[in-house]
Amino acid sequence: MNAPFPVQPRASVLPPNEPQARPIIAFAGVGKLYAARDNSAQVVALDGIDLQVPEGSIVGIIGRSGAGKSTLIRLINGLERPTSGQVLVTGTDVAALDERGLRQARRSIGMIFQHFNLLSSRTAFQNIALPLEIAGVAKAEIAGIVEPLLAMVGLSDKRDRYPAELSGGQKQRVGIARALATKPKVLLSDEATSALDPETTDQILSLLKTINAELKLTIVFITHEMSVVKKLADQVAVLDHGRIVEQGTTYEVFANPRHETTKKFVGSIAGGSAPAWLLAKLRSDHRAGDGAVLHVTFAGRGADQPVLSRLARNLGVDVNILHGQVETIAGHPFGSLFISVVSEPGVLRKIIGELHAGQNNVEHLGYVS
Amino acid sequence: MSPELLQLIAWSTLDTLVMVGLSALFGTLFGLPLGIFLATSRANELFPAPAANRIVGLVVNATRSTPFIILVVAIVPLTRLIAGTSIGTRAAVVPLTIAAIPFIARVVEAAIRGVDQGLIEAARAFGASPLQIVQKVLLSEAMPAVTLALTLTMVSLLGYSAMVGAVGGGGLGDLGIRYGYQRFMPEVMATVVIVLIVLVQGVQTLGEAIARRLDKRARNS
Repeated sequence: MNAPFPVQPRASVLPPNEPQARPIIAFAGVGKLYAARDNSAQVVALDGIDLQVPEGSIVGIIGRSGAGKSTLIRLINGLERPTSGQVLVTGTDVAALDERGLRQARRSIGMIFQHFNLLSSRTAFQNIALPLEIAGVAKAEIAGIVEPLLAMVGLSDKRDRYPAELSGGQKQRVGIARALATKPKVLLSDEATSALDPETTDQILSLLKTINAELKLTIVFITHEMSVVKKLADQVAVLDHGRIVEQGTTYEVFANPRHETTKKFVGSIAGGSAPAWLLAKLRSDHRAGDGAVLHVTFAGRGADQPVLSRLARNLGVDVNILHGQVETIAGHPFGSLFISVVSEPGVLRKIIGELHAGQNNVEHLGYVS
Repeated sequence: MSPELLQLIAWSTLDTLVMVGLSALFGTLFGLPLGIFLATSRANELFPAPAANRIVGLVVNATRSTPFIILVVAIVPLTRLIAGTSIGTRAAVVPLTIAAIPFIARVVEAAIRGVDQGLIEAARAFGASPLQIVQKVLLSEAMPAVTLALTLTMVSLLGYSAMVGAVGGGGLGDLGIRYGYQRFMPEVMATVVIVLIVLVQGVQTLGEAIARRLDKRARNS
């Protein structure tokens, strides 16, 4: 919707908490084409991907299904090969490695999966031991590595259970322990919580956060759920039709979504978009007695300012709250409010100015009677 | 029934068990690797060799579509070469094995293709080589299905073994034809059929029990 008044450029937001560490993973101009086959045309899965993952960070890649997330994350451990560009992991171009080199590299990159991918014929212990057996670790040493991992994911008592005897959350814990068995520097998560209920999802996410903090493990995850990004990621990249359309700290991207896809994702977690009843009543022309509808997002420094009461006090206008939500994103407060104010055009300009002065982002949507 | 006849039935049963046991053993020895090859050698699979896959597949199909009784007669020279004779129980093992190999190869292929692709991807992600994936993932995950497949093979071989009587192989089938049919001794025929039914039931029950023990996918114990 066009704002009747020019709206100032978006307010600045908090700088990221984490100091910018050197990237442990770097994509440089990466493209992935799937060649045309039989009747199907050539498919561009990824196009011009530039992405840097700082060491020790948690980076989320969000996109709809078919956006290229799966391909993107599989380029990091060489399960997929790029058709152009470079994928550097700890300085090595993964795309240039041969199969033997790749197998070696994969031992320092753990991976967890949406459907867990545990061997049904092996117990929890034996599943976690699998990557160690593959790496040729001596049998005598394996228990000394697996037992502490079982304890870390809280499954010591399920040591000899088969996957069929475990719940979804427990299976994913085994998956996480298995991924950590070879002491990787990077953990890749492929929709790891998408098959879990919300409560279990939260438990797995906090386990991942703990692992990130305690083991200084870099985590790259893909998801189609913004709520997962909100809880887990330090940084986020939004993938749409094979391109990264937006990236930044999670807070920045949430507070000021620029791309349409991002806006939809942000809107999907309550409060970000205007409710239907409001949109139905909204008009673009101003009639006498109408209230101007403003969408104010309180981000960064603006989020802890008493903006509304100051507005009322300084300009003497009545503020009516229509719809709103305040939540925490990446540890910072983030608010989204839809308000209406009855005023003359001149005063409205002042109101918008006042709100901007408080480091908030304001969008004039229209009028309601 | 005379004691001689009972003894004959006992010997024939043993002959049948030897024929089926040996041909299942040799059939598995060759059929299992062949099945693994068929299940992993298409394009983009662990050991891509699509041309060889197609050729092996063709040979397997050709062998399987040849009626067993014709196969027995057709490979007499080969039987003589391997077993040193073309008649008797020892000779019968050769055509039975030749028939068992492609059968086992196909059922093993199906069992391995039934393993979740996600497990292969996970193993690759942990740095497993194709050979390690076959050993540690595919075979152990497919083991319950492979066991059932081998059980099915044994049951089929029991049926085939009755046919090799036609070319001088021993066993229950041969006994049933010669005494039960040609000498018109219905009690021998009935006994043979009952023993075969018991054998099939025994093999099937044992195979299913082993497969159940190996299968950890749905345990309620």
